[in-house]
Amino acid sequence: MAAIIDAKGLQVFYGDSQVLHGVDFRVGEGETVALIGRNGMGKSTTLRAILGLVPPRGGSVAILGQDMTGQPTHRIARAGLGYVPEGRQIFPRLSVRENLAIAARPGRGGTTDWTVRRVLETFPRLAERLNHVGTTLSGGEQQMLAIGRALVTNPDVLILDEATEGLAPLIRKEIWRVVVGLKATGLATVIVDKNVHALLDIADRAVILVKGQVAHEGTAAELRRRPEILQRYIGL
Amino acid sequence: MPRISRPILLLLLAGTAFLALFPLWGETFYIRFVTRIMVYALFAMSLDLLVGYVGLVSLGHAAFFGVAIYTVAGLVNKAGITSAFAILPAALALSAACALVIGWISIRTSGVYFIMITLALAQMLYYFFNDQKYWGGTDGMNIDRRPDLMLGDMVLFNFNDRVQFYYLALACLVVAFLLLYRLLRSPFGHALVGIRANEGRMRALGYDVQRLKLIAFVIAGTVAGLAGFLEAARGTFASPAHLGWHESGHALVLVILGGIGTLFGPVIGTFVLLLMEDYFATLTDRWLLIMGVFVIAVVMFLPNGLAGLLKRLERRDG
Repeated sequence: MAAIIDAKGLQVFYGDSQVLHGVDFRVGEGETVALIGRNGMGKSTTLRAILGLVPPRGGSVAILGQDMTGQPTHRIARAGLGYVPEGRQIFPRLSVRENLAIAARPGRGGTTDWTVRRVLETFPRLAERLNHVGTTLSGGEQQMLAIGRALVTNPDVLILDEATEGLAPLIRKEIWRVVVGLKATGLATVIVDKNVHALLDIADRAVILVKGQVAHEGTAAELRRRPEILQRYIGL
Repeated sequence: MPRISRPILLLLLAGTAFLALFPLWGETFYIRFVTRIMVYALFAMSLDLLVGYVGLVSLGHAAFFGVAIYTVAGLVNKAGITSAFAILPAALALSAACALVIGWISIRTSGVYFIMITLALAQMLYYFFNDQKYWGGTDGMNIDRRPDLMLGDMVLFNFNDRVQFYYLALACLVVAFLLLYRLLRSPFGHALVGIRANEGRMRALGYDVQRLKLIAFVIAGTVAGLAGFLEAARGTFASPAHLGWHESGHALVLVILGGIGTLFGPVIGTFVLLLMEDYFATLTDRWLLIMGVFVIAVVMFLPNGLAGLLKRLERRDG
């Protein structure tokens, strides 16, 4: 079975400065992968390069065995990626319902496991605020909406950049609960989060980026067992 | 697009009812004048689809308006075709085709480059008509007669009857508003709003943003073509000025004054601005100065245009 995401040797430049120096990143079927690193080490850039939001100058991206290198972002997304960007980026002028409706579509092979209704069952708070426009939502509600918006595209992998950043502890818990629930359904996920310990509790595998390169790759269990690795690369 | 609130809806209905009854007592001069205002309001509304909903500030929108006018002129004067059954579809099709080509090239750029490239492409069309004797050159050309709409010997619609034509312009304005409003409340409209809010986000959700922008560009160009057809039938004159950047800029002023992203705002803006122009021009030769002050005042104190003023008053009430 081909990996859902198989990125090899990604190189990205912002202007003249190189921010990714040949990053390999792979996500298998049903796998939860933690992408870890300090600020500015290239976590978001790696995700954005996979989606084609920043064009990689080198390397390749394959989704489910199909080469997507250099394809426009909308094609890459339609190949099966559900992306929740840093800072949520919901549509401020659209209501909760419209934010979800705009994204809803069958996944690859016509799967419609995720409907607007199922998102509202997963996040009851959103159901209460269905007709409120984006700007009136709290940070937590916005994040739920952003996750819901990615889920209704029926993706093969859910990509969460800064999954719980800036959220109250209670809301953070709620988000983790949902992510664990998604993992149980067999959905593959990629998660970036500042709260590394909470992240390692649910991840299967972890990739640590340092200065735009993969510094370490291994199981989450190994990182939990050997805190010196985290100490060395991210100072935790 | 948010649903239009009740007070504004009532205001729009009252305005439409007033316009529908106006010919009962209006003087001939003003019936003609309001017809012209409605045609330009339709043109401005079509531009609002691009500026207000997709975030594409075009400085070449008059190209589609003007191409429709020259299509009427060409068919009537050069080919001797006067049936609106042929002229209207041809005018719309040519406007749409021009919008497809100009849009296809220009949507690859954004921001100030988009403004420049729409300007440049529209000016190419301007010079095409401006520099050829065949099309009347700088002087433009009179359109020999108005279109007709006949079924056999029966006259279905008389373009020479000023009251009939007034109602045609009103009907086009109202129907175009309703269709665009409906369109903007459809999933397609939501996608356009999404593009304006965050283009990258829409891409990541799997939307072919370029295609959606192009579709919106062609729709806007076609509606501008409808306005151009009406203008040709109204004024019976085709001038290169109709597709010059001055005309595009004027439409942009109408949209900004009226209120971007409301559809009805540009209509209000057109009425206010053209009526004021008419009024001050009779008072003084320096009327442009007064208009300039007015435009600056609106832009400074009413950032969302006249439609924004309405919304603000309504909020104070509620």
